[in-house]
Amino acid sequence: MNKLTDKSRRGFLAAGLMAGLAACKSGADPFTPEDQPMATGEKVKLLSVDGEIIEVDKAFLKPVPDHSVISNAQARAGIPGKSFVMVIDLSRCKNLKKCIDACDHMHHLHPGEHYVKVHAMQEAEETAPYWQPTICMHCDEPPCVKVCPVDATFKRQDGIVLIDNDRCVGCRFCMAACPYSTRVFNWEQPDLDAAIANMTSNPESGIPQKMGTVGKCDFCTHMIRESGDLPHCVTACPNGVYMFGDMNEDVVSNGAETFRFSDLIKDKAGYRLMEDLGTKPRVYYLPPVNRSFPFESGLDENESMDNHATHH
Amino acid sequence: MDSIFTPQKITSDLLPQPFGRRGKIWTAILCAFCLVGLFAYYRQLRYGLSVTGMRDYVSWGIYISNFVFFVAISLVGSLITAVFRLLNVSWRTPLTRISEIIAVSAIVFAAIIIVVDMGRPERFMYLVIYGRLQSPIMWDVIVICTYLVISLMLLYFPLLPDIKIMIGQTKSKKTFLSRYYRWLGNFWKDKPAQVRINNKAITLLCITIIPVAFAIHTVTSWLFATTYRPGWDSTNFGAYFISGAFLVGAGGVVVAMYIFRKAYSLEAYITNKHFERMGRIIVLLAALYLYFNLNEFITPTFKMKKSEASHLNSLFVGDYAIMFWFAILTSMIIPILILVTHWGRKPLPVFIAGVMVVIGAWFKRYLIVTPTLLHPFLPMSNVDESYKHYWPSWEEWAIAMGSLAGAMLIITLFARIFPIVPIAETIAERHEKLHKHD
Repeated sequence: MNKLTDKSRRGFLAAGLMAGLAACKSGADPFTPEDQPMATGEKVKLLSVDGEIIEVDKAFLKPVPDHSVISNAQARAGIPGKSFVMVIDLSRCKNLKKCIDACDHMHHLHPGEHYVKVHAMQEAEETAPYWQPTICMHCDEPPCVKVCPVDATFKRQDGIVLIDNDRCVGCRFCMAACPYSTRVFNWEQPDLDAAIANMTSNPESGIPQKMGTVGKCDFCTHMIRESGDLPHCVTACPNGVYMFGDMNEDVVSNGAETFRFSDLIKDKAGYRLMEDLGTKPRVYYLPPVNRSFPFESGLDENESMDNHATHH
Repeated sequence: MDSIFTPQKITSDLLPQPFGRRGKIWTAILCAFCLVGLFAYYRQLRYGLSVTGMRDYVSWGIYISNFVFFVAISLVGSLITAVFRLLNVSWRTPLTRISEIIAVSAIVFAAIIIVVDMGRPERFMYLVIYGRLQSPIMWDVIVICTYLVISLMLLYFPLLPDIKIMIGQTKSKKTFLSRYYRWLGNFWKDKPAQVRINNKAITLLCITIIPVAFAIHTVTSWLFATTYRPGWDSTNFGAYFISGAFLVGAGGVVVAMYIFRKAYSLEAYITNKHFERMGRIIVLLAALYLYFNLNEFITPTFKMKKSEASHLNSLFVGDYAIMFWFAILTSMIIPILILVTHWGRKPLPVFIAGVMVVIGAWFKRYLIVTPTLLHPFLPMSNVDESYKHYWPSWEEWAIAMGSLAGAMLIITLFARIFPIVPIAETIAERHEKLHKHD
């Protein structure tokens, strides 16, 4: 009697299992995509990874999207083995602002807001004025990351500090915390082309901007990942002010010239901004000595030293 | 003299009154302010924070200074209710409920104004889902929620005996209010066991709320003091904020005391003696706040570090000098001068001093937040001229004023529904006094 009950229970379970499987099978085959295109019969010749010519039906070809969309987790983790660094040579800057224009254009920034700024600096009345471009310092002790309540801005293993504008709540604590004032806020709905506005947002490109969230220089991380190109500010500068590179490879380049990072910093007495704050920036400056251009060559008609001389 | 104050008379004196003509006008004005504020907030939601005067340098404006003001004034709940109770200050009874409802309404609007300031208010829950405990903002969220819950309990528990009286008064009627009273306090039967538990709970809450009150305003000060900026980078900030908070809270209470006393003819309950004593307390608190102001400004001014100099100059002799000296004079020095004198501690001068304290304190909060942001470490370059100044837009003013009106509306409606001076406690106290005389 006991045995019989046992058997019937097993039978019942097996039947249930089969029914479940049948239910799974009843719809579309889960292993074939639903939108399987119909073969057109028109064949296209392609080179396979093994170097053989193969023929594929035209219907099965899918265009690769322009921007490879990496996952949020990948964007937050960073590129393994890298330690990105920027060197800015103040002796070469004449406030041409090509860096600003290129950056604004490529990041589709709101008119009047910039990730790159060029400051007229003068330490003391008797010392020489000079031009100082600033970008996000990508600090190793980033005050902005420390204060963020929702982990929207984060530090990656390759040293880059980014913002996830799908996470940012817009409290602007990071802007108050940043001593370099490099962060900007999307005060209104960004005026973007539909093609850009509809892109999947990616912390590495910072595009598309979103209303009510913070933005800043991202070291053009998506370009490093996708094409290995130098950031836009670096390539846009005709004077080679910006040098971008990797500390692990100990190399920085402005496109035309390439330097050993450690030698460059030692030989030219490189320094970082506001070292005393302990933020450990990843942007190094070379002092404005033996300058290529006189300071005055960078003044526009509406800029005069009076506006700047009093600032630190 | 106390013998004429029978429980019946006390009850009928202190029962909440329907609005008179002035009450209706007052409530209508507050509602109008709130509605304009709501409309401005609708515009802000639609067009973004660009409708405000804030830009990349001044990224925190009057929303944040208003938030600091609300948090500050809410500390009075813990001062009058908790500190006075634990110190056995016998004359506190008529002031406890006034101060507790100020605390609750202020902390509610502190929370609301922070949401208003957020660029993405719809992501508020991210603070729970992705919250980072390392961020001072999370500390603030946690302590403000805690303070709100404790303050609500400190308002509710002592209200229970009075709700029973209200239920008795409205028993025959079938109005919304009578149902509301029953929903709130039908379980309260004044049984000795209930009274014992309630008293114990109130004492426990009074002990708990003091560290929480210190925490909310200290953490609020740390939102600024954890940054590097000149004017905020100060180890004095916690104490500076706390002392200022007790001052503005005490100022707020005397203003409310005076208005309620006038509006409901409570001269026999909120007496001249109360104003005399609150006047003394304000002198003490204003002197304390002045002391922390000296600490805050004298040492950096003595050194005049380059990064601090332009900020300090803008406060003392520059763009913000008029507001700065106005705030110092009206929130501290003039109230002290009024209230140290004997005639100055009569109800009307105390009320005027209280109004000055509150107004001065609002501008003081503005001066804590905004001028610092206009003096960053690096020059303000490559930006439009409008980025280098800050003046709130009409939407910001409307929302800020709407929030202040909203807080006052909560207090007004509360006084319409509940006795603003505790009835049961007053009866018990007079009864006790009477028996002592026998």
